[in-house]
Amino acid sequence: MFALNNEIVSLTSEKLRSKFGEELLSEETIMDMPAYTFKKECIADVLRFLYDDETLKYRFLTDLCGIHYPDNELQFGVIYHLHSMENNQRIRLKVFAALNDINVPTATTVFKGANWMERETFDFYGIVFTGHPNLERILNVADMDYFPMRKEYPLEDGTREDKNDDFFGR
Amino acid sequence: MLLSRKANKKVKLMTSDNKITIVEAPQGESGTGYFATNLDKAIGLARMNSLWPLPFATSCCGIEFMATMSPHYDLARFGMERLSFSPRQADLLMVMGTIAKKMGPILQEVYVQMAEPRWVIAVGACASSGGIFDTYSVLQGIDRVIPVDVYVPGCPPRPEQIINGIIKIQELVHNESGRRRYSPEYKELLAKYGIE
Amino acid sequence: MKEKLQNKIDTSDIAGAEVHEFVTLNVGPTHPATHGVFQNVMTMDGEYIVDAKQTIGYIHRAFEKIAERRAYYQILPLTDRLNYCSSPINNMGWHMTVEKLLGIEIPKRVQYMRVIIMELARIADHNVCNSVVGVDTGALTGFTYMFQEREKIYEIFEEICGSRLTTSIGRIGGFERNWGDRAWTKLRAFMKSHPARLKEFEALLTRNRIFLDRTIDVGPISAEQALNYGFTGPNLRAAGVDYDVRVANPYCSYEDFDFIVPVGTHGDTHDRFSVREAEMWESMSIINQAIAKLDAMEDKSTFNADSDEFVLPAKEKVYNNMEALIFHFKQVMGETAVPPGEIYSAVEGANGELGFYVVSDGGRTPYRVHFRRPCFIYYQAYPEMIKGSLLSDAIITMSSMNVIAGELDA
Repeated sequence: MFALNNEIVSLTSEKLRSKFGEELLSEETIMDMPAYTFKKECIADVLRFLYDDETLKYRFLTDLCGIHYPDNELQFGVIYHLHSMENNQRIRLKVFAALNDINVPTATTVFKGANWMERETFDFYGIVFTGHPNLERILNVADMDYFPMRKEYPLEDGTREDKNDDFFGR
Repeated sequence: MLLSRKANKKVKLMTSDNKITIVEAPQGESGTGYFATNLDKAIGLARMNSLWPLPFATSCCGIEFMATMSPHYDLARFGMERLSFSPRQADLLMVMGTIAKKMGPILQEVYVQMAEPRWVIAVGACASSGGIFDTYSVLQGIDRVIPVDVYVPGCPPRPEQIINGIIKIQELVHNESGRRRYSPEYKELLAKYGIE
Repeated sequence: MKEKLQNKIDTSDIAGAEVHEFVTLNVGPTHPATHGVFQNVMTMDGEYIVDAKQTIGYIHRAFEKIAERRAYYQILPLTDRLNYCSSPINNMGWHMTVEKLLGIEIPKRVQYMRVIIMELARIADHNVCNSVVGVDTGALTGFTYMFQEREKIYEIFEEICGSRLTTSIGRIGGFERNWGDRAWTKLRAFMKSHPARLKEFEALLTRNRIFLDRTIDVGPISAEQALNYGFTGPNLRAAGVDYDVRVANPYCSYEDFDFIVPVGTHGDTHDRFSVREAEMWESMSIINQAIAKLDAMEDKSTFNADSDEFVLPAKEKVYNNMEALIFHFKQVMGETAVPPGEIYSAVEGANGELGFYVVSDGGRTPYRVHFRRPCFIYYQAYPEMIKGSLLSDAIITMSSMNVIAGELDA
């Protein structure tokens, strides 16, 4: 388990609440990591705020990934994991977007490392990061016309004719 | 000091009654100063023991290939000392590892650039049939894009299995007829893959 | 390769400047020097690189999508194939993630055994990386010697789990069986013989004038840039930042071991090589400490945690105890469910912080699995590291960064 630096966590919550007020939609601590959900428009500002703050110093972007909840109204989520090396504290930020408004501001202005991670999220889920220098597919073939990690698409290659679906429970 | 110690050791001289095995000559007529045999057999013998492989290593099977090339399992014993990374100079295309759909056209291009006669060995489950990755992005077997001669299953196959596959390729090379590459069946096989 | 006049910079307004013509060179996906399938289209000014456009994804195997359809213990062989040079570390990382989600307590003996396995895998991976840096500078001998050492590590893995390379070692909760005597004999023999071999390898390269000329100041990156890009592992430590997940967020009893974290200064190829070399010595020291601790323990038979839901119960219990029978059936049928939750867990992989983000909705398969792959994140910085360097230096930079294609594309 990651050790929780309670002082820093409460300071983070306080500062985020005071700076972002309404845009901070929820905060909770799931297992060993504090998680904050924001409105998607302000995420670049949140990352910049947490980077610049002299006490909090969340200056390392550990991970950026997407997630798809088809049953929710805001189906697509982008999850950020930040790490403050000096305080040894990790937090998770989440933003959600609806299918017809699937733009999220880019994090590349704050972290250069978000470049490929956002391309991967775009490749898998179709989430468009506004302001990204080069938003193209990165892992799949360039002319693929759908976003494979969305829940409605199958895993298997459709061209196999030798696998009998009955035996595989499909 | 050191010299006198070495002089006391018994040195084994290489004489003709030491057991050295050499490749058997093909069947043929021989007499004083001549040996007549089937041209295909002679050429097959020369080719099988001096194949130049092109290691097309993409993933984990590539590391097992590196282990096969290394001194413990030593592929160089079979004549494959010289790896050729240029397709023009290679005889044997060893496809080791998963080939994704993005990589398929590149694999076909490398195969087309190889000069005849050429053989293909698919090492590993992913190259043979897609392996454990039955997904939207993995080519389910390289025989969807190029004709394959020998398949080596395994994930990854042990170096002994890879060597077994190489020996099978050597048998194919040994017994191949000189006219095979010009025959209509071979041309049909290539046409199936869209290769001229 | 077609050479075309791609770009002409008109510098006629600067007195004395020449007009530069750039050439596009494709260092394509099938290239002997790129140890893996990635493509760089380099724009070159003569022999100097101006820019590199990268294409990856030539071995994208959709791990994350597959993981959504597999039970938790079935995802284990997938994690093997991430960084296949050191698969045991990936395996252990996955086990620890699921155990964190389930809240299983692992006995000390199992933790020390895991540490031994992970450090052996780290030695194996750094062996490959350093010998490949040697190969790319022209020193092929080191490669053949180091692969012989890798064979010995393979034999140890084979004694424990049956497989050499993609090990799928261990199970959720511990190991599948206790280690036999042969595994211990081979491990002790390896620990006795390896230091001499490693010294031989170092003697070849560490003070070799040609090697030093080829690697010092080649492909440098500063600590601030590295942190901004999200570097972790030996590449970050070579740049001067002493971040190691084993020290920052200790897992698997690493806090019981005494080891240093080697750190470089310039972040160039020589520093990366040296950091990996030093880490191999530290790993050997950790393994020796772990073996000593295990020898000192009276308990020599625990090899897994006491959790019936995820660890196959012992056969005597299955035949005599109703609950054990039910659990055995449930596990083999893949019906054991994991409580809902969300977890991020990281281990120090050979290349950096290998993270697993798992979202569970209470079913038998995870809802979402994301692998935080260190290679993918630090390879982005490659064009910046090679700007202005020669082509052969760019090749050495790539091999010293230890980019493994399986981890890059997942």
